[in-house]
Amino acid sequence: MDKTINQKAWFLVLPVFLVVAFSAVLPLMTVVNYSMQDTFGNNQFFWNGVGWFKELLDPSTDLGGRFLASLGRNLLFSAIILAIEVPLGIVVALSMPREGWSVAACLVILALPLLIPWNVVGTIWQIFGRPDIGLLGYTLNYLGFNYNYVSNDLDAWATVIVMDVWHWTSLVALLCYAGLKSIPDAYYQAAQIDGASRWAVFKAIQLPKMNRVLLIAVLLRFMDSFMIYTEPFVVTGGGPGNSTTFVSIELVKIALGQFDLGKAAALSLVYNLIILIVCWVFYTVMTNAGTERPAKEGAA
Amino acid sequence: MHSIPGRRLIMALFLIFLLLPIYWLVNMSFKTNAEIVSTMTLWPHTPTLQHYRRIFTDESWYSGYINSLEYVVINTVISIAVALPAAYAFSRYRFLGDKHLFFWLLSNRMAPAAVYALPFFNLYSAIGLFDTPWAVALAHCIFNVPLAVWILEGFVSGVPREIDETAFLDGYSFPRFFIKILVPLIASGIGVAAFFCFMFSWVELLLARTLTSVQAKPIAAIMTRTVSAAGMDWGLLAAAGVLTIIPGALVIWFVRNYIARGFALGRV
Repeated sequence: MDKTINQKAWFLVLPVFLVVAFSAVLPLMTVVNYSMQDTFGNNQFFWNGVGWFKELLDPSTDLGGRFLASLGRNLLFSAIILAIEVPLGIVVALSMPREGWSVAACLVILALPLLIPWNVVGTIWQIFGRPDIGLLGYTLNYLGFNYNYVSNDLDAWATVIVMDVWHWTSLVALLCYAGLKSIPDAYYQAAQIDGASRWAVFKAIQLPKMNRVLLIAVLLRFMDSFMIYTEPFVVTGGGPGNSTTFVSIELVKIALGQFDLGKAAALSLVYNLIILIVCWVFYTVMTNAGTERPAKEGAA
Repeated sequence: MHSIPGRRLIMALFLIFLLLPIYWLVNMSFKTNAEIVSTMTLWPHTPTLQHYRRIFTDESWYSGYINSLEYVVINTVISIAVALPAAYAFSRYRFLGDKHLFFWLLSNRMAPAAVYALPFFNLYSAIGLFDTPWAVALAHCIFNVPLAVWILEGFVSGVPREIDETAFLDGYSFPRFFIKILVPLIASGIGVAAFFCFMFSWVELLLARTLTSVQAKPIAAIMTRTVSAAGMDWGLLAAAGVLTIIPGALVIWFVRNYIARGFALGRV
């Protein structure tokens, strides 16, 4: 609030600036450079101008078709997991025990999936879903469902979505729980005196108080699901066919698989631009929510 | 009052949903491969430690854990060291371009690793760091330094300004104030930030795999070796997976109350 203006503070920020510039700006410049060129191997490059970008946004070309298809899949994936994880996260947060050792136990178990390396998350679900050796796949097939994530598109999607719900719902739940805990008891006592129903308490007290953390949760989940790579790559490898090939998987295929530097770079820039726009929304929301809060609390 | 009907049941079901796949992995890691492939057993009928023994005695396996820990620790130290002064600056002062810089840092935390994989490969090959832990450690700075700045900024802002002013009046120089007074005051914040740096570096695979080939190969990349001509070595894969979960599971306890704050970039 009462920050003093001091340009010398730049000296304190300088190390961060240099480290991040080295690991972010320098590589990004390479990407910009590549995106304008074509290569036929042997380190020979040819000027291609905005050719790649035109191709990228034109669905009739190979590159454009692949990009737009994977973008569509990715947006659908993000929409589905948000629609599941946010309500489920709220319900789980509301179901947290109130006090005692069980609070700590629940917190630790909830956090557990978040700390597992992403490829191991993939491995866990790869094994768990297999019809021959996995509990889930075996049980489903035993019950008569013909479930096989390797050959069936729908099963592959279901597996990847359930895996993401397993992996990240806890994040939404933990954030919501942090929001719920900040509600003073006086609010609940007042509601009790007014004879408010549970639903009314949720709508009038809990949801508004969770607003801020929910926004953070939604934006974080959107960003991370939009960049998802490792987990589906381990489980399905982007298949069957291309059915679970998301943008990151497509990009790595073009960049490190085919070594098509120009195409990959153009895709990277467009991808990064989308992220940057969402990021800006995220930042605005977070900083605005921060400045609004004291004013509101002062009024209340 | 602030709970919903059937909350115990919901919580129990959700926890079972979380634990069941992990249990299955642990279960498999204690089975022999013959048992895994031939029968469906809910617990190991002929429990064996052969997979764990193999990992702890075969250098090509356990070196993967050492490599991973090496770059994770280097990364955590770099991230915290550069983020501390910056967090102080962002918390206390207003300076030219501060807001833009903050946003720029955030945008790097959110940047997709896939975009950077190829340029990082070129960059670190060019300066001769390819296949060393330093390459991975520096590459992971792109998301960990911003994260550390955000978390630490929150904790520094929790320290009253009067403390700074009193220290300076008492004749403390800035570096001395920083090390003697500020760092001890936000020790828990540094712990939390270090934990999150550690964690995000530990769980990341794409960059770590791209930037190493032989010498510095992380455990995550070594795990893909279980696929061989003779088929999958499921038991070994499961055992290696279980061992990667343990570090996170051990330290979770210490940060359980801060975990939401860390994931929300220090904004809860």
